[in-house]
Amino acid sequence: MDWPQFRAVHSRRRFFEKFTGGIWTAALAHLLHSEGRAAEESLLPRKPHFAPKAKNVIFMFMEGGPSQLDLFDPKPQLRKYEGKPLPDSLSKAYGSKLAFAQPNSAVLPSPRVFNRWGQCGTEMSDWLPNIASRADDICLIRSMHTDAFNHHPGQLLLFSGSTQFGRPSLGAWAAYGLGSESQNLPGFAVLVSGRGTSGGVTNWTNGFLPSTYHGTVFRSSGDPILYLSNPGELSGKTQRVTLDALKELNEQHMADSGDLAIASRISSYELAFRMQAHAPDLLDFSRESPATLESYGLNREVSRPYGTNCLLARRMVERGVRFVLLADASWDDHSDLNEKLKKNCDRTDQPIGAMIGDLKQRGLLDSTLLVWCGEFGRTSMVEHRGETVPAPDKLGRDHHPYAYSLWVAGGGIQGGQVVGKTDDFCFYPTEDPVHIHDLQATILHCLGFDHTRLTYRHLGRDFRLTDIGGNVVKKLLA
Amino acid sequence: MVVFFLVLAAVASAAPVDFKRDIEPVFKRNCYGCHGAALQQNGLRLDRAADGLRGSYSGPVIVPGKAAESKLIQMVSSGKMPQTPRKLTSDQIELLKRWIDEGAIRPQSVTETRVSSNHWSFQPIRRPAVPAVKLRARSPIDAFVLARLEKENIRPSPQADRRTLLRRVTLDLTGLPPTPTELADFLADSRPDAYERVVDRLLNSPHYGEKWARHWLDQARYADSDGYEKDSERPWAWRWRHWVIHALNADMPFDQFTIEQLAGDLLGNPSTENLAATGFLRNSLANREGGVNTEQFRVEQVIDRTSTLGAVWMGLTVGCAQCHDHKYDPISQREYYGLFAFFNSLVNLDQPAPLPGEQGTWMREWPVYETEREAVLTKYGMHAMIGEWEKAMREASSQPFNNARPQFAWKNLGNISTGLQEVVQLDRGRRPRNLHDQLLDYFVDRGASDLFLKDRLQAAKFDEFRKAFREAQKKAPAVTLAQTIHENWIPRKTHILLRGDFRNPGVEVEHGAPAVLPPLPAGGPPSRLTLARWLVSREHPLTARVAVNRAWQELFGRGLVRTSEDFGKKGEAPSHPELLDWLAAEFMEPKGARPWSMKALHRLVVTSATYRQSSKSRPELAERDPDNTLLARQARLRLPAELIRDSALAASGLLNPTIGGRGIRPPQPKGVAELAYAGSVKWNESQGPDRYRRGLYIHFQRTTPYPQLMNFDAPDSVLACSRRQRSYTPLQALNLLNDVVFFEAAQALGIRLVREAPSGFRDRAIHGYRLALCRDPQEKELETLARHFEREVEVLRAHPREAHSLAPDILDGADRLEIGGWVMISRVLLNLDEFLHRE
Repeated sequence: MDWPQFRAVHSRRRFFEKFTGGIWTAALAHLLHSEGRAAEESLLPRKPHFAPKAKNVIFMFMEGGPSQLDLFDPKPQLRKYEGKPLPDSLSKAYGSKLAFAQPNSAVLPSPRVFNRWGQCGTEMSDWLPNIASRADDICLIRSMHTDAFNHHPGQLLLFSGSTQFGRPSLGAWAAYGLGSESQNLPGFAVLVSGRGTSGGVTNWTNGFLPSTYHGTVFRSSGDPILYLSNPGELSGKTQRVTLDALKELNEQHMADSGDLAIASRISSYELAFRMQAHAPDLLDFSRESPATLESYGLNREVSRPYGTNCLLARRMVERGVRFVLLADASWDDHSDLNEKLKKNCDRTDQPIGAMIGDLKQRGLLDSTLLVWCGEFGRTSMVEHRGETVPAPDKLGRDHHPYAYSLWVAGGGIQGGQVVGKTDDFCFYPTEDPVHIHDLQATILHCLGFDHTRLTYRHLGRDFRLTDIGGNVVKKLLA
Repeated sequence: MVVFFLVLAAVASAAPVDFKRDIEPVFKRNCYGCHGAALQQNGLRLDRAADGLRGSYSGPVIVPGKAAESKLIQMVSSGKMPQTPRKLTSDQIELLKRWIDEGAIRPQSVTETRVSSNHWSFQPIRRPAVPAVKLRARSPIDAFVLARLEKENIRPSPQADRRTLLRRVTLDLTGLPPTPTELADFLADSRPDAYERVVDRLLNSPHYGEKWARHWLDQARYADSDGYEKDSERPWAWRWRHWVIHALNADMPFDQFTIEQLAGDLLGNPSTENLAATGFLRNSLANREGGVNTEQFRVEQVIDRTSTLGAVWMGLTVGCAQCHDHKYDPISQREYYGLFAFFNSLVNLDQPAPLPGEQGTWMREWPVYETEREAVLTKYGMHAMIGEWEKAMREASSQPFNNARPQFAWKNLGNISTGLQEVVQLDRGRRPRNLHDQLLDYFVDRGASDLFLKDRLQAAKFDEFRKAFREAQKKAPAVTLAQTIHENWIPRKTHILLRGDFRNPGVEVEHGAPAVLPPLPAGGPPSRLTLARWLVSREHPLTARVAVNRAWQELFGRGLVRTSEDFGKKGEAPSHPELLDWLAAEFMEPKGARPWSMKALHRLVVTSATYRQSSKSRPELAERDPDNTLLARQARLRLPAELIRDSALAASGLLNPTIGGRGIRPPQPKGVAELAYAGSVKWNESQGPDRYRRGLYIHFQRTTPYPQLMNFDAPDSVLACSRRQRSYTPLQALNLLNDVVFFEAAQALGIRLVREAPSGFRDRAIHGYRLALCRDPQEKELETLARHFEREVEVLRAHPREAHSLAPDILDGADRLEIGGWVMISRVLLNLDEFLHRE
């Protein structure tokens, strides 16, 4: 029995010690006897394949395909081509893979100013000053590529490693592999902002893994977790009386029926009661300093929703929640890119910058992996549909899967560097291409997993997040 | 050395290449490993002459007489093949070239034989003899089970007590708990066949169809929305569910049930119900995201239908062969596309399918509406414009996509409508009337403005016309539609899709069945109807086995084959192979009952002694048979999500027992529906009695499903699901304790106990136990309840507001504190582990 297993059993034993009577001894024996199965089904902490660099993940999903050309990958060369079509060889490469735009649309240079940031001098857009100011902590990847060019398939691939339905999402794999450090909160939390993502629940599904690993959505209004608060005006006292009666009767029935699985039901009610006590505490920001609240942008209306989620993410990580998904929609700027992208940056840049700083100051950045990404990137040409050419202030870009940017930081990642390059049109990677499966393999690596060995048997074969691909990108690692 | 010499000799002498001498050794050493008898990577088999010439999934690799055009030569010359580090020498390549240029002559190999497999599930279904056993067997089922138990020297469990048995069989057959009256009647019935009478009553209950429909809906991945980003509502999906419930209640034989759902439209002169049945195939997801490639997601639907067919009827993961030959089961990629071909030319259409009561009005009022509409069209001279639009659409259909206006209009037609891209290509005279109507509606709503420029529309007074048209439309009688399937008027050819990619077609394939299974019935070109009949033929080794196994699974918690979704090599072997075969044979060819009768099958199982056993754990078997594979007892099973809701509503008296029809939207917390894409999903809470209908009627929105269903392991309705998980999570506890639906049920049950059992604590507690658990409480349970009842009353006495919240309604002769106490007790009852299980 290794240490996490010992701790798991030990904590369970402590739980049982609170109760007396022969039936509990039997139940304990049963659970210990079936340790393999019970451990698989539970959220108790588990040991990965090798010593992990990161214990937690905060995954910032910017749904819709943020424009790498306006945020992360400066292409001043494009000005030469402004108004002209792409070279033939490239526009032909789109084939049927453009969602809306015509392949021969005019090149659209970015009006953004790219400065060099930090010691490392990474170039980033003037619209992300707070994230950019953390450049020395950030590893920017400019050579990402994916296989899907529509939103939902792209999100399926990003989160579940396949454009087919039914596979578990990244967060579910992490919770399955590592269990949860928190005895009072779920191991995989989802925080949503904006207007709702294309993928919806498929972005945090357990797929064919046990339901325990489904992402739990924490809500910004109403109950933080569905059905967390007592109905009507019911008090905690009534809830306790109810649970006490339930426990006694369930224990009696466990003795009568001999079904030791009833112990799982009883413990799930006790965990529910603890969640009722602890989840509101998670949302109680009254102990946070005014400076902290302000740094996350909670005093400004534009950044308050995302700032709240970033602060919640930090508080969750502190409490041992394994995987926090921040799903934000939408960055799908087919038109009005300058206006909409600016707004999205204003909503999110300050909170994210503050969160990185806050995690670092609290010594949590080293053990928390941060990921900022969309499901694909955007074209270097302007998008126009039909015969109408949009007005100059309404311009946007179409989906582009062959090359785009994202960044990672924190646990296990070598900050202050840029990995990968793209051609003049940001069309293809020209150096160190990184596929979605490579990113997934690397995330799992940081969590201590060999992605080829973190598998689950379903329909007679072992499935894994990275399907049949994926290589750990060593350059990203510290 | 000798080979080397011979090779050199052949090259040097320019004598004709001899296959046996010069070529076969090269093939043997380098190619047959992956392209031989054991394995045919990419469909290529080189060890037999005919197969070698047929080529791979991408087409021929050997063009006799033309080495330069032969892919085989290109692959070996470029070093792509063989994939091993050892490549062919230039001399060997030279020989291959010459052999092909000389005509690729080789001796014919032995005639091709049928694929055979010794895997158990592909063997014909025999009818095994019923074994003789020492203990008394009620039915052949028991004999098979006892034979195994006797071999292991294990005694079966005694029969469950009558209360447990009644609750079990009532939940299993109807999905609802027995009422106290039904309990009293059963306890009072001392006739020897009292139990069988209960079973017959339950099989005849209209709730039987509801209970068993749910399991079928799981397999059919039923949902009320499209899935994917837009996840638009499917307002008529329920019409198929309605059909399923009634088909099951009428005990439609499983062969007919199969045929109507897969090919109802192909039956001679199909009825409305035959067409409604094809809604099964319409449960595929549809991607209406802007900017999708329409062909890609049409192909996705075909793939989904093919894989679903394999999963639902054959218990095979045929979907694996979509991209490559199946790694474990004898299904090649070519054979996958043989099945795919059956679904490759389908049109999705929504058609009128009036329910009883609607038909008369519809027949009467529709012609009136049509006349009026015609007058409007004529008045505004729209016929020419419609004709022009239709022509533009037809022309756009055959052109590659560009950004011209007609192309966009065409793409939208495919993306937004259902089936109208196909309808518009049909001559007006051949168009079914209702389809023409739909096309017309689309033209007015969207089609015209997609195609014509503003000036043109203004000149034609289109806005004014549209207003008049809509005014006339108001007179159209409301009628229920059904999602149906039709064979396309223009059949599509089917090609293998290399690596499953729709842009990468390989060789053409014909309709066909995997060779490991019996051949399709002869006579006429194969159609979906042939396919459906083939599935339910006596010779098919899988359909009946899969079906009886799933029935068994629903009645025992696990199938005789535990992996009810996989009967292939990677699935588990049956625990009782002879029993499985006997049941399958009995299902198809019963003695004294109707063939393929699902009710007869369910009756057969639930009247067996095996089913009636107690589910109590037997510690002495914990080591020997921890998973109860040997069936020495029944199982304690957590109820599925819907049945937990149904039981709570039934116990509390809130249940609205209406059968069939449109779905409902029970209360759900704010913010759940809003998780859908762009907040596009609206959840208009059902009002009145609709709030309290059964769980299977809950509107299923694929991207934001109803939380209680998901918390209790309902499938996500994306892929066929034959077996649900059963988990224990804290979110379930929160759901049952705090969800307003369950709180309302607890309040109603509390009031009910006080009203229906007025004479005091003991009677009320007993009544509560009978309603919720179908039994009387034990003394120690009464004592526990009494103690906590008192505690709760004290809490409420100190907190009048809370008491008011718990018991907003009061009754004569009972005070609020007392009712509040009973609501709390009811809340306990509805959360008991026993309440959530059938034992």
